[in-house]
Amino acid sequence: MDSETIKFILTPFLWVGLTGLVIGVSLALAAKYMAVREDPRIAQVTELLPGANCGGCGFAGCAEYAKAIVVDNADITLCAPGGAACVDSIAAFMGVSAGSVEKMTALVMCCGDDESAERRFSYNGINDCAAADALAGGDKGCTYGCLGYGSCARVCPVNAIIIEKGLARVNKALCIACGKCIAVCPRKLIKLVPTAAPIHVLCNSKDKGADVKKVCSSGCIGCRLCTKFGDEGAFVMDGFLAHVDYSVPITREEVIEKCPSKCIRRN
Amino acid sequence: MEYLLLIVSAVLVNNFVLSRFLGICPFLGVSKKLHTAMGMCGAVIFVMTVACAVTWCLQNFLLKPLELEFLQTLTFILVIASLVQLIDIAMKRFVPPLHAALGIFLPLITTNCAVLGAAVLNMKQGYGFVKSTLFGFSAALGFALALVIYTGLREKIDRADPPRCFQGVAIALVTAGLLSLAFMGFSGIVK
Repeated sequence: MDSETIKFILTPFLWVGLTGLVIGVSLALAAKYMAVREDPRIAQVTELLPGANCGGCGFAGCAEYAKAIVVDNADITLCAPGGAACVDSIAAFMGVSAGSVEKMTALVMCCGDDESAERRFSYNGINDCAAADALAGGDKGCTYGCLGYGSCARVCPVNAIIIEKGLARVNKALCIACGKCIAVCPRKLIKLVPTAAPIHVLCNSKDKGADVKKVCSSGCIGCRLCTKFGDEGAFVMDGFLAHVDYSVPITREEVIEKCPSKCIRRN
Repeated sequence: MEYLLLIVSAVLVNNFVLSRFLGICPFLGVSKKLHTAMGMCGAVIFVMTVACAVTWCLQNFLLKPLELEFLQTLTFILVIASLVQLIDIAMKRFVPPLHAALGIFLPLITTNCAVLGAAVLNMKQGYGFVKSTLFGFSAALGFALALVIYTGLREKIDRADPPRCFQGVAIALVTAGLLSLAFMGFSGIVK
């Protein structure tokens, strides 16, 4: 081979090799001199968090929450998916006291499915609860009840919500209590309740008993029987709607049988 | 006027995504939510403008004098990728808010075909430095326009109820095709 051919072959090799070398060295130098020092504890706290990145704590993911804990002394009890075990380990690591966190679950405060609650018209629009709610107050006869178009199920990061017979139901074994469904529900009928609570009033209708009965056979009619037959102070009336006071321990579960519309149920 | 024509041509008539079919992966990949799409748009505009300026200098001050133009593709890929890395490191150090907004998108588009395409097209057209940079910027603007429109459409489709066989990627691709057809209406306005 003559020298011209050798030059022709060698130049590209040299050029690419040289470019690569120059770029590689400058990148390495840049990485060394412009490195951002992070508190090593941030990475360690991130390890302790469950890593679900659900955003339930109010921060943009587990790493951001860890940063807030380390840098801004944020409250360490905000992680719902991690529960007590996670809080304890972070408390031990950061050297602060934990307090106690009760494990919570989301609960749809409605039990009026397509068998017991009637629909006023056939809704044929966008498959979204807010849209259905905006159209003449929704197709459900009850203006407080679950519309069942699954907006909550779609935002759930762990697929804990299913729609059955036009009614959303939360699987409490899967629920991480991140609160996304609560924010998206146009009727605000999903609430966070203690996972350990045995019974709930699954109704959200504040209407009078007669009006509730017209549209739903399993709505709370405000008869107050639960306040009489249940534990002292366990059931609280809010107008025509009964609530469970979760701070009172429940012993008399026969109240489930006493409720005439059977809206007091086990979860 | 010349510059205005260049911008209109790159944004609407020869739209990178919808007429030249470059940068399809981020177009389909990050078009589920408007917020992330906006982040991607910012990153693309930034990277393409810088890449076009740098590759022009590279071509005219190094490759041409050394008669190594046949190594254009290889060199451009190498330089653009490492340039974006460098900007990423510097940004993290000096402008953390900007890094928080664009950070995760920068590595995604380092060797994107749209970025390389803009650089190579510049050299083919023989544009000057200002024109090259402007072309990079407006091509990225066209990409951003297409991405934002498409994301809006996909967000609407998510709430609709298409037939089962069309759900997901199928309807997304059909939508992209229809959007491309709509942009074909601009063809011929500017050469």
